[in-house]
Amino acid sequence: MTDAFVRVDDLRVSFPTEDGIVRAVDGVTFSVERGKTLAIVGESGSGKSVTSQALMGLVNRRTATIEGRAWVGDNELIAASDDELRKLRGSVVSMIFQDPFASLHPFYRIGNQLVEAVLVHQDVSKSEARAQALDMLQRVGIPNAERRIDDYPHQLSGGMRQRVMIAMALINGPALLIADEPTTALDVTVQAQIMELLAELQVQYNTAIILITHDLGVVADVADEVAVMYAGRLVERGTLEDIFYDPQMPYTVGLLSSVPRLDDVSARLTPIGGQPPSLINLPSGCVFEPRCGARSWLGDDRCSTVRPELLDISSTHSVRCHLSDADRKRFAAESLAAVSGKKDGSS
Amino acid sequence: MTAYVIRRVLTGILILVLLSMLTFILFNALPADPAALTCGKSCNPQTIEANRERLGLDMPLYMQYIEFVKGIFFGRTYGSGSATFECSAPCLGYSFRRGEEVTPLILGVLPVTIYLAVGAFILWIVTGVLLGIYAALRRGRWQERATMGAALVGYSFPSFFIGLLLLFFIVIKWQLLPYPSYVPPQTDPLQFFQTMILPWITLALVFAAFYIRLTRNQMLETLGEDYIRTARAKGLPERTVIRKHALRAGLTPIVTAAGLDLAGLLGGAIIVESVFTLPGLGRLAINSVLDADLPVITATVLVAGFFIVVANIIVDLLYAVIDPRVRLS
Repeated sequence: MTDAFVRVDDLRVSFPTEDGIVRAVDGVTFSVERGKTLAIVGESGSGKSVTSQALMGLVNRRTATIEGRAWVGDNELIAASDDELRKLRGSVVSMIFQDPFASLHPFYRIGNQLVEAVLVHQDVSKSEARAQALDMLQRVGIPNAERRIDDYPHQLSGGMRQRVMIAMALINGPALLIADEPTTALDVTVQAQIMELLAELQVQYNTAIILITHDLGVVADVADEVAVMYAGRLVERGTLEDIFYDPQMPYTVGLLSSVPRLDDVSARLTPIGGQPPSLINLPSGCVFEPRCGARSWLGDDRCSTVRPELLDISSTHSVRCHLSDADRKRFAAESLAAVSGKKDGSS
Repeated sequence: MTAYVIRRVLTGILILVLLSMLTFILFNALPADPAALTCGKSCNPQTIEANRERLGLDMPLYMQYIEFVKGIFFGRTYGSGSATFECSAPCLGYSFRRGEEVTPLILGVLPVTIYLAVGAFILWIVTGVLLGIYAALRRGRWQERATMGAALVGYSFPSFFIGLLLLFFIVIKWQLLPYPSYVPPQTDPLQFFQTMILPWITLALVFAAFYIRLTRNQMLETLGEDYIRTARAKGLPERTVIRKHALRAGLTPIVTAAGLDLAGLLGGAIIVESVFTLPGLGRLAINSVLDADLPVITATVLVAGFFIVVANIIVDLLYAVIDPRVRLS
């Protein structure tokens, strides 16, 4: 795991505010191989976007404290100077964002925005950069790319704009692509096309992808590994199979029980009760304890007083929970059974 | 684009027509009898009636308006017989108070106002926009607070107060400058400059304070946009992010404000011209109001309105040049 291409080790990001220190990311560790996709899953405010922006060097270091280590290949990102980080951005690490309507500059032609991305990292002529831009637009499936290259963003649909964003992110052949909710703002039919495009290009460029999302359906489609975040922490990490078929942490179990299932239309959704905690004033024990269905299972007060560690339970699967192996399995089995159990009760 | 330009110009013309009608109606709705104002104390019923006929005030209102508009484009002849006189195009009327044609009167004072407005405009745009950008880029630090504090002070003082303060200290108390007395720049450039510098500073201070706030807010809003994050994510140097991506979008709304403010000043800076006794359009307007010199009032309102309408069109066209979304919709 430590030899992986992308390694993040104990990443911490905190913002001092008037009300106290906001610990947006607190000890996040994961790794991704080239050509593989890691999905970071969590609800709003769980720290998944801040994690990705810290890796891009897009978190303002004047207003935030960033600690830990992160490597992409031989490049260490956290200790790097602003200028080193800038040179890595767009060439080694790229990012696409949630809202393609707002992410492209409204005043510049898309071709020029792509050319700009080429010229900042490659020592090529303008016409060569434009040729690259055109080639990239064709690769991401922009029809009539020769004409569209001179369009302004507002002349394109949302899906087309996201394709342009992907073209811009991949034009310098980055080793790592961070996709921050890339399909959330798009129509459902377009979502699938965009994810398919990303998967194709990932094979072509052998790119590592970190996919930030709250959409477990997308995760099931494309992820090789999954990291579940809650209140700035990784609470469970494993392969796609580990997380979907053998969830251990009650929060992960809760997420899975709140996903609608197409194969079982009568099944009821079970929302997780309560709200995520304030990142300024975290519970002193397990951060999920106040909402956890198994909070009283231990028989002592460890869940509310002691922070659990992220423990490896297999070579691929880690979980942050005080419960015993047997109890975690029992909780998952009961919760997921309850979801389909409602079917028997209602029919 | 061409259709857009034509549409804007046509609306502009329509607004000017409506404005001229409105001022013309107001002019006639006043309780004062314009003919009675022509001769003052030496009036008797015969001279009033004679002047009424001579100035065309005996015609119905719509005929007077048509004569007025015709005068602007083709010139007009007042009176009949031996007492006629020509008012050549563009004829904005005849001031019976002053016994002069209005057009040369306005052309005589217009340069003063143009010098005043343009000089102040350059000063305030440069300082206001630069300091506004500076404050936005130093967000949350003492430099921002100092700049914004200074802007608030400037914004809080009325222009006549700043003007009198400058006059008192710089001219009277410390005697750094001679007392302002306007001469055209071609007559005596030094005296022109010495006279204009304080009015320029006064106007610029008031407007710069506003532009600092406007620019800072626009810049901060733009810097928070997703496409700025995209520009950074591309690996562009921060300098390029600011200059090419943030300024272009952030300064666009400033073009609108600047165009309209400049046009407003070209219509006469009444307070500053009065404080510094500059013989400009603003002073002419206020003096005409005090004298009930109706043709001059009408003409100054029209000239001021003309500047605003033209500035509006120019600003809209500039906007279309800057922002492609406007161009195509």
